Amino acid sequence: MTVLADLTFSAVALSAVYFLAASGLSLIYGLMDVLNFAHGLFMTLGAYAAWDLTTHLTSTLSAPLNFAVGVVAAILAGAVVAGLTELWLIRPLYGRPISQILVTIGLDLAAVGLLLGGFGSNSLSMPVPLWLFEATHWGSLNLPNADFVALIAGVVVLVGLEWFLRRTRYGIIIRAGVENRDMVRALGVDVGRAFTLVFVLGGAMAGLAGLLNSVVFSGDLVSPLQGDGLLIFAFIVVVIGGLGSIRGSAVAALLVGVVQDFSNYYLGTHPGMAEIGNLSVVLLLAVVLEWRPRGLFGGTL
Amino acid sequence: MSTAIDITDLHVTIGGSHILQGVSLQVASGEVVALLGRNGVGKTTTLRALMGLVPRSGAVRVGDQDVTRWPPHRIARLGVAYVPEDRDVFSALTVGENLRLAEQVAAPNYDGVYELFPELRQRTRQRAGTLSGGQQQMVAVARALLNEWPVLVVDEPSKGLAPRLVSELTDVLARVSATTTMLVVEQNLAVVRRLAQRVVVLDHGVVVHLGPVADLEDAGLMRQLLGVSA
Repeated sequence: MTVLADLTFSAVALSAVYFLAASGLSLIYGLMDVLNFAHGLFMTLGAYAAWDLTTHLTSTLSAPLNFAVGVVAAILAGAVVAGLTELWLIRPLYGRPISQILVTIGLDLAAVGLLLGGFGSNSLSMPVPLWLFEATHWGSLNLPNADFVALIAGVVVLVGLEWFLRRTRYGIIIRAGVENRDMVRALGVDVGRAFTLVFVLGGAMAGLAGLLNSVVFSGDLVSPLQGDGLLIFAFIVVVIGGLGSIRGSAVAALLVGVVQDFSNYYLGTHPGMAEIGNLSVVLLLAVVLEWRPRGLFGGTL
Repeated sequence: MSTAIDITDLHVTIGGSHILQGVSLQVASGEVVALLGRNGVGKTTTLRALMGLVPRSGAVRVGDQDVTRWPPHRIARLGVAYVPEDRDVFSALTVGENLRLAEQVAAPNYDGVYELFPELRQRTRQRAGTLSGGQQQMVAVARALLNEWPVLVVDEPSKGLAPRLVSELTDVLARVSATTTMLVVEQNLAVVRRLAQRVVVLDHGVVVHLGPVADLEDAGLMRQLLGVSA
């Protein structure tokens, strides 16, 4: 029972990171029909920005404060790079989906190449509070503190996004735009601003996801290819949840995290089954698409 | 009288089909013009081209502004309200959110809208997708009237509505037309007679007739142009 509870907690934390990685991707596609293959780059740059700042500029601060600076840096880096990507690269290519895909893939490859050239292919260690590597004991349960951080971040972002989408004018514009972009424009709304805002939001969440992925699942290590690895699962979450659906992304992230973690734990130790977690996720994707081709919540925010 | 809408030699090609092949028409300020024609002749495309919703060539002027290259939101903000064919309400949004989305002026006229459509006041929290067709049309028209813009472009307001609702909606549009320039696509000739001063008939993407609404009484002409007995 203890193992089951520990495992569930760890799976939910993994789900939270998947949700952070996927929600921006889903919003961007839902509103703008842009399949953003540079989303993994936003995650990687978020983690590198946090590493750079916490290692070189603010390392003299107390560990918790330094980590907080890293979180802000990751969010800002993701947001700024995503916003500039939309303004400079995506905006001239609206209505040309193939060109958008190619330019985002090209941006990702070029930027990852620069990171490899500048920082090398070895992973870099980020200074984080030791507390993150400890566990909170609750009865017979051992709950990793890093998992708590991921879980809290995921819940805060989910609640914040829901509030933003339901309560603010831009949220209404985005929900309406997912349904019928032309009609929003015909009502006098400059959807272009909403496009930039969605990219900025998505980039901010991706930056945070990149940092948390390093801290929670990579033992505080930052590497140039980490975002691309996470992007694959983000795409799977988005497709399972339904393109454009935030609630769908949340539910799908939970499903993917639980299936992956449980498969790895119960089956992954058998000979030749090391990748069973990833295979299980792909099987889950196939089953959901066979059952609901538009995903679990396709078409609704 | 000044010209509110001036469309000259408008061409639209979509998916290889040359849908509008040089449409020209004018609507004077304060006037109501009905755009008529058989199905598929380009009436809806003309309105969408006017709103900037489809790629177009030619010239489109609203008031004294050449809006041919403007994006839809700029054209709308110039004071052109649009009620699309099939309503296009945002089904996942509530009635209140649909209206809020349309707000473009500092003091949107909610009182006026609720006076015209009292039913909407009780349904502000209801999802628009759960409304009946008639109620959705009320939302679509209410959205267009909220900002009290001087030009109203309406595409088939009576389409799919029960006769009683058609009558109520026509009453509303007739009241609005007292203060608003209107370009309306409509198949229901009784509605056209009630609202319009002039008719423009399209066929195969070109204007084939321009005249006063009294032309509808010419049964031979209407049979020739529209294939119906007026």
